[in-house]
Amino acid sequence: MSDHQPPHRELPETSSTTGNKGITRRGFLKGAGITAAGTALLDGVQSLQQEAQAATPKGVMEYGAEAFPVTLNINGKEHALHVETRTMLAEALRIGLGMTGTKISCDRGACSSCTVWLDKLPVNSCMTLAVDAIGHRVTTIEGLSTDSEVHPVQAAFVRHDAMQCGFCTPGMVMSCAALIERNPHPTERDVRVAISGNLCRCGTYPKVFAATLDAAGQHATKA
Amino acid sequence: MATHTPHSTLDALINVAGDTTDASMKTAKMPIGIPGFTLHEEERTVPASEPPVWPINKDLSYVGKPQERWDGRAKATGRARYTADVQLPGMLYARFVNSTVPHARVLSIDTSAAESYPGVKSVHVIEKLLGGAVLRDPTLEQNRYPIVRYVGQPIAAVAATTPQAAEDAAAKIKVKYETLPFVVDMDQAREKDSPQVFPGAADQAGTAGGGGSSASGVPQTGNVHGPAVHKQGDVEQGFKDADVIVDAHYTTQVQTHSALETHGVVADWKPDLLTVYASTQGTASVREELAAYFQLPMSKVRVITEFMGGGFGAKFGAGNPGVVAATLSRKAGAPVRLMLDRQEEHLSVGNRPSSDQRLRIGAKKDGTITAIQLISFGTAGCGTGAGCAGPASNLYKWATLHVEENDVFINAGPAAAFRAPGHPQGAFALEQSIDELAASLNMDLLDLRDRIDENPVRRVQRQIIRESAIWKSRNPRANADVGPIKRGIGLSQSVWYRHLAMDSAAEVRVHKDGSVEVLSAVQDIGSGIKTVLAQILAEQFGVPPAQVEVKIGDTNYPVGPNSGGSVTTASLTPAVRDAAWQAAQKFLASVAPALGVKASDLTLTDGMVRSASGKFQPIAFRSAAARMDTNQVSAQSRRIPDYDPRKYDTYGGVDVAEVAVDTETGRIHVKHVLAVHDCGRPMNPVAVISQINGGVIQGISYTLFEHRLLDPNYGIMVNSNLDKYKIAGSYEVPKIEVQLTESYIGQSSTDASGIGEAAGIISAGAAIANAFYNATGVRIRQMPMTPAVVLAALNQPKPQMEAL
Ligand code: FES
Ligand code: FES
Repeated sequence: MSDHQPPHRELPETSSTTGNKGITRRGFLKGAGITAAGTALLDGVQSLQQEAQAATPKGVMEYGAEAFPVTLNINGKEHALHVETRTMLAEALRIGLGMTGTKISCDRGACSSCTVWLDKLPVNSCMTLAVDAIGHRVTTIEGLSTDSEVHPVQAAFVRHDAMQCGFCTPGMVMSCAALIERNPHPTERDVRVAISGNLCRCGTYPKVFAATLDAAGQHATKA
Repeated sequence: MATHTPHSTLDALINVAGDTTDASMKTAKMPIGIPGFTLHEEERTVPASEPPVWPINKDLSYVGKPQERWDGRAKATGRARYTADVQLPGMLYARFVNSTVPHARVLSIDTSAAESYPGVKSVHVIEKLLGGAVLRDPTLEQNRYPIVRYVGQPIAAVAATTPQAAEDAAAKIKVKYETLPFVVDMDQAREKDSPQVFPGAADQAGTAGGGGSSASGVPQTGNVHGPAVHKQGDVEQGFKDADVIVDAHYTTQVQTHSALETHGVVADWKPDLLTVYASTQGTASVREELAAYFQLPMSKVRVITEFMGGGFGAKFGAGNPGVVAATLSRKAGAPVRLMLDRQEEHLSVGNRPSSDQRLRIGAKKDGTITAIQLISFGTAGCGTGAGCAGPASNLYKWATLHVEENDVFINAGPAAAFRAPGHPQGAFALEQSIDELAASLNMDLLDLRDRIDENPVRRVQRQIIRESAIWKSRNPRANADVGPIKRGIGLSQSVWYRHLAMDSAAEVRVHKDGSVEVLSAVQDIGSGIKTVLAQILAEQFGVPPAQVEVKIGDTNYPVGPNSGGSVTTASLTPAVRDAAWQAAQKFLASVAPALGVKASDLTLTDGMVRSASGKFQPIAFRSAAARMDTNQVSAQSRRIPDYDPRKYDTYGGVDVAEVAVDTETGRIHVKHVLAVHDCGRPMNPVAVISQINGGVIQGISYTLFEHRLLDPNYGIMVNSNLDKYKIAGSYEVPKIEVQLTESYIGQSSTDASGIGEAAGIISAGAAIANAFYNATGVRIRQMPMTPAVVLAALNQPKPQMEAL
């Protein structure tokens, strides 16, 4: 990673979606919509697409291949860091900012260990470019709790032992908490759908179902 | 906590541990059997220094009671720090360069472009590769670099200031290969004119957790390493004595461990200390291997595993990632993080071997087994360890036995121990054949097993199954449903063994402020051993488990067991209880002067210090601690042998699966599983149930979906990520009911056993296959049971329709 700051400039209003000096936000989004893996990601991308269409081209930046400074809004705070265009949000969080609660397991959009929220939408941060988080509110597992208070889903995960090795747990919690935020009365089927992209090799699913329903104040069968 | 019989004092402690002369022994009455079924008392002779016998779980305060995971909050909030999360000042990021061909001699490796790449701090070319079988006669192969035997074999590595720089630089290393003929298909590898993976006989040492094979001197013909033969009695005579013989052929595929945290380490080589953060199932095994590899004193190697994201048998020792990261760190003078990516994880660090089994069972009319013969082949890639005769040899009583196990080398990454090594494969065959035997004898499935299975715990478990709603709902007539979707219910049994890691120790400390802590190098691989250790101290000192300090996963603490083969709880908990008991006695001695009594007048029960002579009213532990004559007392203890080592116990379970088979699409849906399991004294039932859920789900995943696919033309794995390597997810998880058979065997101060291996993965395959038979009247003897396999099985000309 070089120290000097590469030139970046605003695109003229007439710029095509893919510039030849790098990948633009809209260019990436156009392609990403097709490759999305899980429903959660698909939701996220579709909404981003709508949002991108609405965005003024003036806000669109074009970057070179070197690292450059950006500001990301994470858990309600602005964080300044350097990223490359290819830097994924998961890496920016983990390495750039030392926020290691977000896990990387497949790095290919297939396990959802890396789930964070872009605004309120759960997305796979290993498949989201860091630059695409600019202008969005990113919520990570660290942002879900304070020292004194945890999210009801986190509390329920502990109560129900909805974890073993715990490596999938931050991603699971983010998916389940997002579900409850958008649907306060989920069924078990809803939980299954919400975590259909989240892999747990230890096989804690039954307790994840129970914990999430419990957190939602539903009648949950005790594991 | 009611019926403790406190005795023993400091005096007894003086002669502790190891000394087993008669004078230092005592007798103790211990609960034996299963509460509600077979519970009774038996006398055992135990070392006098042993703590009082614990009653059964219902009479304890913390042990055996559902307990929240000690580190649950850290995991749920993302604060738990795994190896991949370790960040040290100046830390570098490393990447491997891996072989792109399945079999080759490496002629040259040009690292110059990588070395001069911006940000690169060290480059290492591997000259000594770890893992896999090695030639008996190493002179058969002479090459500067290790011979490449599989795609994905590590060749070199780069450490740089950013992951991107490491990746870019690694891509600039040029490897020149002289490619050699290769074979990745096991059947082809068994043929005479097949390409040879090794130019001569090769063996692999066994690994912790039951991986590899320790059978040496086994013959080798071409790629076939074996047979390892085990014979008892005259099996041919056994078949002559039989009234019925079942004879069948079964195959199972290769499964990869796919722990969500990949293998990896952060190595920090300093002149006076090598510190390694490792995602491992054995801090002790990593230290041992690093010290041996670099010829360092063990005292100069420290291994830390605060949290680890799953291993399932594949994470023992430092391995190539460990020694390469340490080497890169030494060269660069900076800490190095080397975590494998998902593809490397599939290719190079272990898998469950395949199997091809011919199983013959002969029996008398009454079910008595006269002969079992198993001839198995399996591939562990370029390693060994594909034996799968455990169930056939150990589940049932037989008159004669003949087992031949063969490993077939292919050009693929070496296998590793994987949750109950060999047993899911073996049980898949055995438990289907036992069902077939019942059919040919016209016997009930459970009655036949009652006749031939001597294990007292499984007998109770079968009783529980018999009375269960799911089993009662089973139609004994196969293929009874008329529609395209057919429902079926089947069962399978499992067996695992009482392995112990005797090198298991712990220290317990009591502080003047009433805080207590336990220290051991043991690692928590997700089974929840931290919680269990906290419960043991809670039971001793009357302090809630959440307030106990648990410090583990660091070789600076007393040595811990390597967590493989279900040994951790059975091995470590007695040492911890003994240390806690001894620390408590020291604590009493330390407060006795201030309380104006002799230590022998004092006991600590239910969190209260009591005077036997009635000198004073009971005082709370914490208040008493304030009167200690020192800031801290501590005691260390290590595992002592089982109280009655002549008794050798196996564990097991019986699992019932209900499936719905869509005979038009070939899809099998597992709807419901009842898992009845034994883990001795369940220390934390909540975590035990979590492990059994996990074993069942992993077993379903193995049975229906998982399949490592190698391309015969290129030798590459075509599904080396998690998108194409299908693992059961939320949609495929059935309703799972777990029933624990709390079972006491009177073997240690905790009388705990393990559950990891026996927890469902052994029996899932056969339970589903037997349910499939019940649904369709067709035997399915091949895994994974994909729609194609199912449809092929269903199109067999004549489905049998006999009653079971
Ligand atoms: S790490 Fe992002 S989906 Fe697997
Ligand atoms: S708890 Fe280990 S992967 Fe989910």
